[in-house]
Amino acid sequence: MDEISCEVRFGRYGGRFVPETLVQPLLELAEAFERLRVDPEFLRELSTLMRDFAGRPTPLYRAENLSRALGRDVYLKREDLLHGGAHKINNTLGQGLLAKYMKKKRLIAETGAGQHGVATAIVGALLGFETEIYMGEVDIERQRMNVFRMELLGARVIPVRSGSRTLKDAINEALRDWAASYESTHYLLGTVAGPHPYPSMVREFQRVIGDETRSQILAEEKRLPDSIVACVGGGSNAMGIFTPFIDDDVRLIAVEAGGRGPGGGDRSAEHGASLAFGDPGVLHGAMTKILQDPYGQILESYSIAAGLDYPGVGPELAHLVETGRVETATASDRTAIMGFKALSKLEGIIPALESAHAVGYAMEHPEMLGELSVINISGRGDKDLHTVMAYESV
Amino acid sequence: MSLSEVFGRCKPLIVYICAGDPSPDETVEIAERIARAGADVLELGLPHSDPIADGPVIQAASQRAIAAGMNTDLYFDIASRIEGVPKVFMGYYNMVYRRGLERFASDCRASGICGMIVPDLPMEESRPLREAASRHGIDLINMIAPNTPDKRIREIIALSSGFVYLVARAGVTGASADLLESTKHLIERVPPVIPRAVGFGVSRPEHAAELLRAGADGVIVGSACVDLIGRNELDRLEDLIRRMKLAMTEVSVKSAASIQQS
Repeated sequence: MDEISCEVRFGRYGGRFVPETLVQPLLELAEAFERLRVDPEFLRELSTLMRDFAGRPTPLYRAENLSRALGRDVYLKREDLLHGGAHKINNTLGQGLLAKYMKKKRLIAETGAGQHGVATAIVGALLGFETEIYMGEVDIERQRMNVFRMELLGARVIPVRSGSRTLKDAINEALRDWAASYESTHYLLGTVAGPHPYPSMVREFQRVIGDETRSQILAEEKRLPDSIVACVGGGSNAMGIFTPFIDDDVRLIAVEAGGRGPGGGDRSAEHGASLAFGDPGVLHGAMTKILQDPYGQILESYSIAAGLDYPGVGPELAHLVETGRVETATASDRTAIMGFKALSKLEGIIPALESAHAVGYAMEHPEMLGELSVINISGRGDKDLHTVMAYESV
Repeated sequence: MSLSEVFGRCKPLIVYICAGDPSPDETVEIAERIARAGADVLELGLPHSDPIADGPVIQAASQRAIAAGMNTDLYFDIASRIEGVPKVFMGYYNMVYRRGLERFASDCRASGICGMIVPDLPMEESRPLREAASRHGIDLINMIAPNTPDKRIREIIALSSGFVYLVARAGVTGASADLLESTKHLIERVPPVIPRAVGFGVSRPEHAAELLRAGADGVIVGSACVDLIGRNELDRLEDLIRRMKLAMTEVSVKSAASIQQS
């Protein structure tokens, strides 16, 4: 990790739009993070856990069959091989250890599909925290297996019955809990969204993906890739792999959930593409691009991939898109399913439906990739089999 | 009447309701009944889909109001029709930002609103709205929490006009059985250079009296009233407000008498 202190703002995005009660806990968290990110003992403990518990480094795999199909060299960054099956563990280990150093006794987290909830429950068990996961009632119904997984790991899953009863409401509920419990509790937010310091802190815990990719591709190819493709919900895997390449001549492509199309109803959108279709506004404590109605009510988003089903996005990504450094694209449900099946057949790798958006996009737009490209496979697809089976049967 | 005139005249009872709950048509009548029952200031909430500072009662009211068709245009229409009581806006920043800060402040002015409470806009982020509000003669009310350090309290006060909103306890809005000792401590920590009104967890006449005795300059009640509106118990709502105002008046009379005796 570098020693530049973390940004509160990214251009006009970011900031800390929270009730006064949360200002001190956020200042305390930012202070602890700045201190510990250069603390040798913390870093040693974290890198040991990353290696021995999570399974880092992950391979950068040259996908021969996919490369042949697309007529260019394509590498896959294999975050799907991590413990828990996704990149989420990078952040939960980092923040979990931070919470331990801050002498907190309890972790709370939000979860949509359950992946971040499971990754938090894993770390809660490992480090001995009381762990409570907020999850929308609708998502609990959709993801019974992950609810059981979290409970098996010793966490308690708290159903959220307010609002749309999905991820965005689970974040609201976690923020409300934290406003009353911050003295004993760390709120382990799962993505690069939310108030400062979360966007920069989560990015720093996830940038290990990009740091490894950089040294691996240089070792293999003796040069940087022409492009990097990653899916974006909140944006943690994308910011993780993009960050070390921001100052390089590498095309960075953020693929959002195109869902069923660009439209929507009065209170809902048919997609999760906040970067492509959102407008500036405040959600979950940050100024960012959000899906909202003309009055500022937040819309319910939609994607076949629960991890991309979020009406906001990390503020730094909103900034990087606005400045033109990161390009946005959308992949529909159909494209994601195509990518899911193609990677399974071509390479013997079943990607998460989230990552399948990046794969599907790359397969439909190979001309965007240049001669040498890296696709971030942020998670594995075992959790999605029932979703794909249901999609196929319609 | 401006907020400083209100506080100059009495120690006000400030009552929060969610505009549009149970329906936009009923809000004006409910507001006027509240004013007749003794509320000195009406805090009129604009419902938001994601009210992160609010507990279950106000969340439910917000959802009812949005489902009933409430929006920002209707809000200002309703506000302009409520007469006979000073009005303060309460709502989340995205709703204000989306309309445009200047336009929002101007609409407040035009509909007779004299102050704004934006619970997710802390001091560091408040400058653009403070300047817009000030251009239209609207007070931007800042909040102070039990965990706000003394130095920050002084900075917040320096930026405040109208009154400061003291958050009685950590967490979200909603009734609680007893007001903590920390509330009294918080009132003591905020120098009385600007009126200090206390809210969050106030639900009974004895709370209101206790807070005035502890030095509060005003009392804010929200969830307890919104709960009664949600149950369509408007007579009980009027009764609650009447008893709260009476309890507050008794404290003021007694303290005035004891000042005369000494």
